[in-house]
Amino acid sequence: MKDILLDKPGKKIILLGNEAIVRGALELGVEFVSTYPGTPASEIGNTFFKLSQDKEYKEYFEFSVNEKTALEAAIGASFSGLKTLVAMKNFGVNVCLDALMPFVYTGTKGPTVIVVADDPSCHSSAQSEENSRGFANLAHIPILEPADPQECKDFLKLAFQISEKFKIPIILRTTTRVNHQRMPVQLGKIAQLNLVAGEFIKNPQQFVTLPPRVLEMKKELLEKIEKIRAFAENSSVNLIDGGRTSINKKAGIITSGVSYLNVKEALKELDLDLPILKLGFFYPLPEQKIKTFLRGLKKVLIVEELEPYLENEVARLAKEANCKLEVVGKKLLPEIGELKPEIIISAIAKFTNYKLKSMNFRSSPRFATACVIGNWKSKIPQRSPQFCPGCSYWSVVSAIKKSVDPAKVIFGGDIGCYMLFGTPAIGMQDYLSCMGSSIGIAHGIKKALRLGSGQADSQKLITFIGDSTFLHAGIPALINTIFNKSNPLIIILDNQTTAMTGHQPNPAMATKINSEYKFGFTDPDFSAKGDGCQPAIIIEDIVRACGVKNLKVIDPIKQEEFVSAIKEFLEKEEVSVIIARRMCVLFAKSLK
Amino acid sequence: MTNKIKEFNIVIVGVGGQGLLTMLQIVAEAALLNGYEVRTSELHGLAQRGGSVEVHIRFGEKIFSPLVSAQRADLVIALESQEALRAGYFASTKTKFLLNQHIIPIPLAKALTAEEILTSLRKISKDVNLIPASEICRKAVATDVVAGIYLLGVSVFKKILPLEEDALIFAIKKIIPEKYLELNLKALNLAKS
Repeated sequence: MKDILLDKPGKKIILLGNEAIVRGALELGVEFVSTYPGTPASEIGNTFFKLSQDKEYKEYFEFSVNEKTALEAAIGASFSGLKTLVAMKNFGVNVCLDALMPFVYTGTKGPTVIVVADDPSCHSSAQSEENSRGFANLAHIPILEPADPQECKDFLKLAFQISEKFKIPIILRTTTRVNHQRMPVQLGKIAQLNLVAGEFIKNPQQFVTLPPRVLEMKKELLEKIEKIRAFAENSSVNLIDGGRTSINKKAGIITSGVSYLNVKEALKELDLDLPILKLGFFYPLPEQKIKTFLRGLKKVLIVEELEPYLENEVARLAKEANCKLEVVGKKLLPEIGELKPEIIISAIAKFTNYKLKSMNFRSSPRFATACVIGNWKSKIPQRSPQFCPGCSYWSVVSAIKKSVDPAKVIFGGDIGCYMLFGTPAIGMQDYLSCMGSSIGIAHGIKKALRLGSGQADSQKLITFIGDSTFLHAGIPALINTIFNKSNPLIIILDNQTTAMTGHQPNPAMATKINSEYKFGFTDPDFSAKGDGCQPAIIIEDIVRACGVKNLKVIDPIKQEEFVSAIKEFLEKEEVSVIIARRMCVLFAKSLK
Repeated sequence: MTNKIKEFNIVIVGVGGQGLLTMLQIVAEAALLNGYEVRTSELHGLAQRGGSVEVHIRFGEKIFSPLVSAQRADLVIALESQEALRAGYFASTKTKFLLNQHIIPIPLAKALTAEEILTSLRKISKDVNLIPASEICRKAVATDVVAGIYLLGVSVFKKILPLEEDALIFAIKKIIPEKYLELNLKALNLAKS
């Protein structure tokens, strides 16, 4: 952590990909940073947050309420001329897409980069194996793809240069194996910030998207993209590597991101030297450079994780550049899950078939067995994560099991540690989707169950949602249950922090938590705690303001009170909310 | 260091909370100090909380991927014995195994005996070592949170992990917070005896 501020240009220190992004931002003098936590992007915000606790830190940093507010804050900062960085995981783009699309049209004033972290194999993603590359063609937003921590830092700088030059926001797209990779990174000089207030200069021509202007803006955007494409054609981040000693110059590889490193590893393993076109730009693609690379090849292997976006583009370009070229990609590589090195080794071996038989089994005997990948079965059951010892969620589970027969109740899940309610040992999660959806879907189920009969409940429904998730996207859904009259029981699990992603602050957390107020907090009543201990937002005030009549704030360890509240509320004709408030045990421990 | 290693691949497995990320950082720093290229890979998030954890460390003259390939591990360190079986995927006949003799039960499953685990692993490699690291640490320093440091010590002192002792100590001093440093250095010294 202290290393990240080390002022020794040229020195190499080991950094995590996410730390390298922060270091890069400090070196290029970013002035405004906003984020919402989400693995694998979380350490970007965490590191900025820690830095911002220091009085020396001058740049602005915030944990926003969700990714949309994070991006909107960044748009405001950019419109006011500041150098701005936003970070989120892939699903965050879904949340902020509504703001992103017009932002690409208006373009930036202060340069703006959005770090988007994908998670192939869903190591820490519940809802889908989302590939953010899909946003490129949708939003016409340039995307750069670094392969490792060094490139995280270098590409971030490049992204800011492009944003500055072309007045457009840029996505720096990473994946888990980039964000959570460590390597020695060469330090540059930390920018000496001479911060001045941003200035918003009225310019509706740029900042207001309305027809007919909006269509002109689209034209300007498409022209901008072609200019950036020309820039990409000459950019050193799209480079041709290897193939000089190759006997067989007829086969080549196109790849990007961490797959490039795995391709290099595979070629080393197979003792092959094939030309590789490594693309730093995913959008816009340097089409001429790709065509030049394709000419003279008989076949090309596209090594990319998840959907064949690049493969489809290359196939299109090949029609113009080299119509006899065989474009191979998903035929040899899976579309699901990350591309581990052995998968790529196996694919390149098949792609260059004769090579493997003639030499590599001998030169690399271990590879012979490695070909049969996945043949090792560990014979031990999966070890799922569990609630930490002392976690208040155990008390929630216990109270519910004392109140109802879980087999007869529908349980709604949401995004947070309480997703573990779905583990077989607990078995209390009947649906799970995206942030805040537990309440919205609960409403739909309750309405559906009543359709036609108009009768009282045939089935009870309890949904769970955490404090941060409720504030992120749960409130409009709660209002919908009031407006359109349904009656789920919503249990807001308020552990007073954003626990799953590493205890980031949220609006329902006591505001002075990091200075004066240390609490092993169990009292649901904030008002007794005095000045500075009150959160910015009191969840029960919001719930009440939404029109909820059946509301209780309970410490979940008070089982009798909790059980009677659940039983009482499940009989209600209107929506009910229980705020189960007890601090995350790990967080409480960290405050001591 | 005179005899430079071309490439060395380590997979460390265990259960969330056993300090795998700290071990990864220590080995990476030590490898950098010994003049190697180094790359690591780890996973964060909910996976940490009592679930299986697996981290990869690779160092050598030229390292591209942050991930150890199937059957390419030179060394597997398991902080929990059963977890070593999962790392079998990365092992070949040449892989050395260091297992902490320590079982953390998997909910709803019958825990395997050390004998069952060793029998399975020895089908892959003959070099499987069961070490009572947790027990030794508990007896000497009253906690087994440093069992991983003890095992790192064993691997360096026994030349299983080709890094210099000085580099390891330097890395521990760099990574471990001041207030736990003495405890960690004690655990390292235990590995010497």
